[in-house]
Amino acid sequence: MSMNPFCEIAVEEALRLRESKAVDEVVAVSLGPQQVQETLRTALAMGADRAIHVSTEQQLEPLAVAKLLAALARREQPLLCLLGKQAIDGDNNQTGQMLAGLLSWPQATFASKVELDKAASSAKVTREVDGGLETLSCQLPAVITTDLRLNEPRYATLPNIMKAKKKPIAKLTPQELGVDVTQQLVTLQVEEPAQRKGGVVLGSVAELVEKLHKEAKVI
Amino acid sequence: MNKDWMGKYSGSSSLGLRPSSTEQVSQILAYCSLRRLALVPQGGNTGLVGGSVPVFDEVVLNMSAMNKILSFDEVSGVLVCQAGCILQTLEEHVSQRGYIMPLDLGAKGSCHIGGNLSTNAGGLRLLRYGSLHGSVLGVEAVLPDGTVLDLLRQLRKDNTGYDLKQLFIGSEGTLGVITAVAIQCAPKPASVQLAFLSCPSFAAVQQVLRHAKQSLGEILSAVEFLDQESMAMATQYLPGVSNPLAQAGPDAAQQQQQGGGGEQGGPFYMVVETQGSHAGHDKEKLEGFLEAVMADGSVADGTLAESQAQAAAIWRVREGITESLVRRGAVYKYDLSMPTHKMYELVQLVRQQVAHLPGVKAVGYGHVGDGNLHLNVSSPSGYSDELEQLLEPFVYEWTAQQSGSISAEHGIGLMKAPVLGYSKSSEAVNLMQRLKVLMDPHQILNPYKVLPGVEHMGRVEMYDDR
Repeated sequence: MSMNPFCEIAVEEALRLRESKAVDEVVAVSLGPQQVQETLRTALAMGADRAIHVSTEQQLEPLAVAKLLAALARREQPLLCLLGKQAIDGDNNQTGQMLAGLLSWPQATFASKVELDKAASSAKVTREVDGGLETLSCQLPAVITTDLRLNEPRYATLPNIMKAKKKPIAKLTPQELGVDVTQQLVTLQVEEPAQRKGGVVLGSVAELVEKLHKEAKVI
Repeated sequence: MNKDWMGKYSGSSSLGLRPSSTEQVSQILAYCSLRRLALVPQGGNTGLVGGSVPVFDEVVLNMSAMNKILSFDEVSGVLVCQAGCILQTLEEHVSQRGYIMPLDLGAKGSCHIGGNLSTNAGGLRLLRYGSLHGSVLGVEAVLPDGTVLDLLRQLRKDNTGYDLKQLFIGSEGTLGVITAVAIQCAPKPASVQLAFLSCPSFAAVQQVLRHAKQSLGEILSAVEFLDQESMAMATQYLPGVSNPLAQAGPDAAQQQQQGGGGEQGGPFYMVVETQGSHAGHDKEKLEGFLEAVMADGSVADGTLAESQAQAAAIWRVREGITESLVRRGAVYKYDLSMPTHKMYELVQLVRQQVAHLPGVKAVGYGHVGDGNLHLNVSSPSGYSDELEQLLEPFVYEWTAQQSGSISAEHGIGLMKAPVLGYSKSSEAVNLMQRLKVLMDPHQILNPYKVLPGVEHMGRVEMYDDR
């Protein structure tokens, strides 16, 4: 099981913030069955200080994840929640935004650059938007979601991989956090997009008119 | 078609042919035999010894139109295909069916399986899957007189007379033109692990190799090494390639200072890959191996690929060295086999020899698991007689003194025909020449390649005929 690429970027950014002394501690969190511990070990091997595993066999929807993270944030009181902008399995792009909403924290999504001002307790985040780049300033604590160009994640080096085995992974359940993670969405239907049909070369205007009338039914 | 991949060898042919069937190849060779027209069989043209391009005006027989996959047996894993199939295409095809090709090399995106066979290509997986002499089950080839030799069986065991297909594997298109291949593929491993390690010295590299063979033996699939100079080339000349062990931050300055080309040439980097059927077992074995090599100091630092993307990036560093050198300028390539403990000594000697030439750099890398060194001398200002004389025959003589091979896997081609004697006795070369004249009496296939001075023998035969 490998870490979601956008989450890798989030871990890397957190580590860089700690290295520049903007933050003191990096805590990696993952939610799900036993296998997620592998991902947490990777985060620890990259350099995270400790990890929390919210253990559940339940399939988790973005809102459930956001609620669990919100409950954790109220316990841990972090300065910053760094998330990948989306997971490459669901591609939902919702969790970070909903987390900010639940906590009533400011959010800066699709970050391509993050600058923390510890003294002023604020962050300046450059985000990638359709029109180009947008720079926001927000008070901390805040939620930031990462985009591809924010950084290039480091490789976990062997000495750190060995050290990571001794770092603690705390285990919690949704019940302990007081969150109901029952699924609220039901998948009704999944279908492939219609196959793209090849174009047809027509012989004359008359043929075109006939096709537009009889087949496409637009005239 | 007239120029080789490195830009070092160039012919002046005015005719290229692209047959699409064995029958066409047969007709072409029969005609050329009759008319005494010389031919160069050409695959992906990625050869590194000038064997795939004309020397003068030989007709280029390009096999790229013979690119059909004929069959694949999902139970036995035997692939049958035409000689002009690109290796990467074959890899993708069998991969979808749960198998992998028994060979892998940096040129996979362009090289043909026919060319791989003709050169007995080695590559990154030889350590695990052996040489093509073992994994090729059958061959269809056309003899210089146009005769089609159908040896295309899919049998693992077939001891019926002389194993003629072996004649075409490694003879570099001088005895016949391979038109189809039956090859044994291996099951796709469920678990592939990749470690990238940094070692303080070449002695440490050998220690790691020993540990790897002992603790990872049955799952070990590749052991490669590269020196600091090779790493510098790859990171400087390949866009988007960086050293996986170079960390951003306060350590970076210290790392840059640890320059290469020093007496030891270090730090040295190694790629260790395992392929197995069970991820849990393999990871456990790998952890044991890593703990051992870190404990005895033979590994200073390292990383384990955590995703396919990281694994690909690590392989890109090793596989891209050749390309980076070509981007830098002219390259003198030496592909040598010798006792492992001697390998880096040669690199250091050559480095000293060329130290006074501005911009010229010697790099060492290769299949340390197979005792195969790739010694390259990069000259951004171009090929020069002065540099060539400094290197040859010194490199060949030194290798011969270690009872090594002057061409581990690249073959002889045009480049090494004159120096074949450094690795084969005159009796052996003589028998090769007699076989050549027997099979190709009119000397039409790939003349001037592989064997020294055969054309003289050929002419003698012809005079006798008259």
